[in-house]
Amino acid sequence: MSEVPASSSALLSFNNVSMTFDEGTKALDNVSLSINAGEFVTVVGPSGCGKSTLLRIASNLEANTGGTCTIDRNSIGYVFQDATLMPWRTVARNVELIAELHKLDKTERHKLAAEAIELVGLNGFEDKYPRQLSGGMRMRASLARSLVMKPKVFLFDEPFGALDEITRERLNDELLRLFQLEGFAGLFITHSITEAVYMSTKVLVMSARPGKIIAEFDVPFAYPRTHDLRYEPEFGELCGKISHALRGAHE
Amino acid sequence: MSATDTTTAPIEEVIPDKQDKFSLTDYIGPAVVFMVFIGIWYLFSTVVLPEQKRFLLPTPHKVISEGFFVWRSGERRGLQPILMSLWDSAKIALMGLSITIVVGMSLAVLMSSSRWLERATWPYLVAVQSAPVLALTPLIRALIDGTQTQRLLVVVLIAMFPIVSNTLFGLLSADKSQHELFTLQGASKWTRLVKLQFPAALPNIFVGLRISAGLAVIGAVVGDFYFRQGGVVGIGAQIDVYRNRLWGAELITAIILASSLGLVVFLFFGWVSRRAIGKWHITTRGH
Repeated sequence: MSEVPASSSALLSFNNVSMTFDEGTKALDNVSLSINAGEFVTVVGPSGCGKSTLLRIASNLEANTGGTCTIDRNSIGYVFQDATLMPWRTVARNVELIAELHKLDKTERHKLAAEAIELVGLNGFEDKYPRQLSGGMRMRASLARSLVMKPKVFLFDEPFGALDEITRERLNDELLRLFQLEGFAGLFITHSITEAVYMSTKVLVMSARPGKIIAEFDVPFAYPRTHDLRYEPEFGELCGKISHALRGAHE
Repeated sequence: MSATDTTTAPIEEVIPDKQDKFSLTDYIGPAVVFMVFIGIWYLFSTVVLPEQKRFLLPTPHKVISEGFFVWRSGERRGLQPILMSLWDSAKIALMGLSITIVVGMSLAVLMSSSRWLERATWPYLVAVQSAPVLALTPLIRALIDGTQTQRLLVVVLIAMFPIVSNTLFGLLSADKSQHELFTLQGASKWTRLVKLQFPAALPNIFVGLRISAGLAVIGAVVGDFYFRQGGVVGIGAQIDVYRNRLWGAELITAIILASSLGLVVFLFFGWVSRRAIGKWHITTRGH
C-alpha cells in the first residue's frame, strides 16, 4: 500500500493523510493511495467511514489535518451524490456551467457542451429542464457537465446510489465507456461491491471510523467489460473476498 | 448496449410537460364564492342591520347605481373623483413598492453575505414590521417635509418586511452541493450571487413581491388618511370623507376599487412570476 513516494505519473496521491474535524471526530487515519492516468480506483466501506472525506480533501473542499495530498487542482472533475443541476437552466445551459465559470467564451462553451451532451447520449434533450428528466438522465447531464473541461482526475461521490438497479448498471457501462475514451484517473466511492468490481482497476476497503485502508484488491478483468462479466465465477469470487473484508471493516 | 457504442439514446422516460388548458371548473369556484358573497351582502343590508343603520351598507344594486353609475356629482361624489384619487394612490403605491424592492432586495443581499449583519438587522426588521406605523404619523410629519414623501415612507415601512425576509430566505436556499460546485471552480462571491443564489431565490422573491405589492396598496390607502393636501387626494382620504359624511354608496364603491387595485397588483406579479420561473419551478399540492 505505501509506495511512498508516489510514482511520477500519479495524478492523485495521498500520503499518510489524516483528518480530524474541528469538533474532534477523527475521520481518516493515515490513508495512502495513488492513482495514475488510466486507473479507476474504487473505495468501499461502511457508512460514515470517511470515504467521501477522501474526495473532499482531494478537491480541497476540506483541508486535511495530517499528511499530504497531491493533485492538479485545476483539472478535477467532481460528480456529486445528486446531480446538482441548476433547475432554472436547461440541460445545455447546465452542461455549459463549469465552462462558463472558467470564463470560456460563448462559442467555445457551446461547442464543448454539445460534444459532452453527445458523449453521454443526451442529444435531443438540450432544451429540457432538469424537472423534465428522469433521475438517470439528470445524472448523465451532471456527468456531461464535468466532462466539458476534460479533467485528468475524476472524483465520484456515490453518483449512482439513488438510482434503480437497471439505470445504475446502464450508467456504469456509460461511465466505463467514457473512462476508456478519455483515459482519466478515477476515484470512485460506492456502497455497492458489484459496482466497485465492475468499474475498477483496483478496489480499496476502508474500515469504520476513523477510516483506514484495510484491504486492497486488484481487479484483473480486461476492458471493455460487458454486462455478462457480472455473472462470471471469478467476478463472484472477487466480490466475495471484498465482502468478507468489508465485514471485517465493520468491527 | 455495447460499451463502445457512442450514440446510445437514453431509454429512460422523460417527464412530459403538463398542459395548461382553459378549464371551466377553474372558474366555477370563484363564481360560486362571488354569488354567496353578494347573497350575504343583501342579507346584511336588508335583514340583519337594524333599519336606521342600513344606510351604512347600501344594497349591491344601490352601490352600482349611485356609486359606479354616477360620473360626477358636486366636488367629491361620483365615479370620476373616486377614480382620480385611486390613480393618485396607485402612483404612490407603485413608487413606494419600487423603492421597497430596491432597498429590500439590497438589504437581503447584504444580510445573506454576512451572518453578523443578518443577526444585527433582523430584530429591527421584525420590530418595524410589527410597529403600528400609523401611530408614528406625528413623528413622520415632524421629521419629513412634503405629503408625497410622507406617504411614500408609510408605504415603504409597511411593505418592506416580506421582500426582505423572502429574498433572504431564497438567497440562502441553494443546496450545499450546488455551492460546492461553485467553490470547486473558484467562483467569486459575485458570480455565486448572480449565477446561483439569485436564480435559486426567484421563487421566494416572487412570493415576497406579491405580498409586498398588496401591502403597498394598503400602505398607500391608510397613508392617505393621515397625509393629505388640497387638490387631488388619495383614495384613503376620499374614503375618510365618505365615512364622515355617511355616503354609503360612494364609500363602498371606493373600498371596492381600492381592493381591486390590490387584486390587480397581486395578479400582475403572479403573471410575471409564471412568465419568469414557471418553466422550471414546480409547485406541489400533494395530489
